[in-house]
Amino acid sequence: MTKFSDGEIVQFDNVGLRFGADREVLSDVSFTLYPGGFYFLTGASGAGKTSLLKLLYLSQRPSRGMIRMFGTDSITVRRERLPDFRRRMGVVFQDFRLVPHLSAFDNVALPLRIAGIAERDLGQPVRDMLEWVELGDRMDAPPATLSGGEQQRVAIARAVIGRPAILVADEPTGNVDPEMAVKLLGLFEALNRRGTTVLVATHDLHLLKKVPDSMIMRLDKGRLADPTGVLRYPPRRASPAPQRRP
Amino acid sequence: MKISQFGRPLREFGSGLLSDGADTRLLPQARLSGPMPWVIAIMVALTVIAAAAGISLNKAARAAAAELSGGVTIQIVEADPEARARQAKASVARLRQLSGVSSVRLVPQSDVDALIEPWLGTQSAEGEAIPVPALIDARVAGSVTPERLTELRKALKSVAPAARVDAQSTWLQPVFGAIRSLQWLAIALVVLLTFAMAAAVLLAARTALGTNRETIEIIHLLGGTDSQVARIFQRTISIDAIGGGVLGLIIGMIAVLFLGRRFASLGAGLVDSGALGWLGWLMLALIPVAAVVLAALTARLTVLRALRRML
Repeated sequence: MTKFSDGEIVQFDNVGLRFGADREVLSDVSFTLYPGGFYFLTGASGAGKTSLLKLLYLSQRPSRGMIRMFGTDSITVRRERLPDFRRRMGVVFQDFRLVPHLSAFDNVALPLRIAGIAERDLGQPVRDMLEWVELGDRMDAPPATLSGGEQQRVAIARAVIGRPAILVADEPTGNVDPEMAVKLLGLFEALNRRGTTVLVATHDLHLLKKVPDSMIMRLDKGRLADPTGVLRYPPRRASPAPQRRP
Repeated sequence: MKISQFGRPLREFGSGLLSDGADTRLLPQARLSGPMPWVIAIMVALTVIAAAAGISLNKAARAAAAELSGGVTIQIVEADPEARARQAKASVARLRQLSGVSSVRLVPQSDVDALIEPWLGTQSAEGEAIPVPALIDARVAGSVTPERLTELRKALKSVAPAARVDAQSTWLQPVFGAIRSLQWLAIALVVLLTFAMAAAVLLAARTALGTNRETIEIIHLLGGTDSQVARIFQRTISIDAIGGGVLGLIIGMIAVLFLGRRFASLGAGLVDSGALGWLGWLMLALIPVAAVVLAALTARLTVLRALRRML
């Protein structure tokens, strides 16, 4: 059993997930994410990437095992504390999950409003963020009038606006052109440099090369492989060199 | 369940009613359901009418009870008019001598004739077609007990053998019984209408929850709390309830005023004494306020309960 250590941002220990009486979609998943790391989660379609991310962003409880987030057991923690955990995370959902009746501006402002930020303090950061993802001229547009790529950029802007401790992105570049994909990865890297742990689930192997300092976890039929040794030798911020990919 | 567990939701309940935060932008500002203000208006109107009836009946019953509590009626049931008049006069004199009798009045024959005129017609000038008892209206200090009535009968027996002594309240016991039944009916109606309104709000809140489930899930995943979501529903239903409550109060008040005028035109003492006072009108005016609080509380508790089933 993995020994919990201080300082980890996420720790999965022998986690399994099963829906009803079906076979497990995730089996014996154990890994640790440390503050400041940039991680890719890869795997074929149906490998269980989205299921794993759902456990991570507390949309689902595991069938077994232990999940520790921000130093606290997130399975046994009181339900009232879950919003505190979620506010420390930014999530880019695979299906964007934008609120249909809200404009792009209001969707991006949503995490700040939920966190109780005053209206006078959120206007500029939201506008800046939308400008950065090149949607400055679509601020008032509702999601239904945006293209898939534009919706994805709004979803990304919403995920990072609150400067989360960890950013979890499920196929964040799936609907954008290569140029925008590189730009979005650049945003993720910039966030990472400022201390945000980033976990990107993708099946796009070309994307992995764009972030040379990243670590890769691969899911195969619900089980985690360890192609870069990140699981066996989890890197720490203080001594990252030996575990990083060449 | 500990009492302290209610503390937080109740505090937030209060803040959610009128605060103007950004929560309003989290869910569509459409009403919980279209007919909700109208349903609340109808419920409030019916509650106002039922409550007004209950208050009026209570007031009329209290006034009548106070009026009759010390009242005693003495009938001189004597066929011979001269003997009847003599006994009546002697009874009045005897009663005035008794301690504890505060007032004595021989009801004038003209009043008695007017009283029985609808049933027996006008008595002829030559003499009585049907002998009518002489009536004495007396008032004693305190309430009229059976022992007191026995004392009065004994006191009058020597001067008026044909005297019959009755407490006035005895005459109206069946009326009081009927009024009490109507009061309970009014209370039952108010309680039933309250439950019906809570049920309507509960159904509307559940429907709205289902309609907005996707958005609520997103808000949850972005760190929104149950209370934030509940506040939105609470605010929406409060706005509906305020609109419906005001409308219902106006409809109810118009109905009460109309019925009040119709009853007032009857000119009956018992009905007149049931006219609403300022306290009664104030209680009616508070019904929509209670409806708003009930609706908001129902919506909040319904939503919180549903949200607790989500992770």
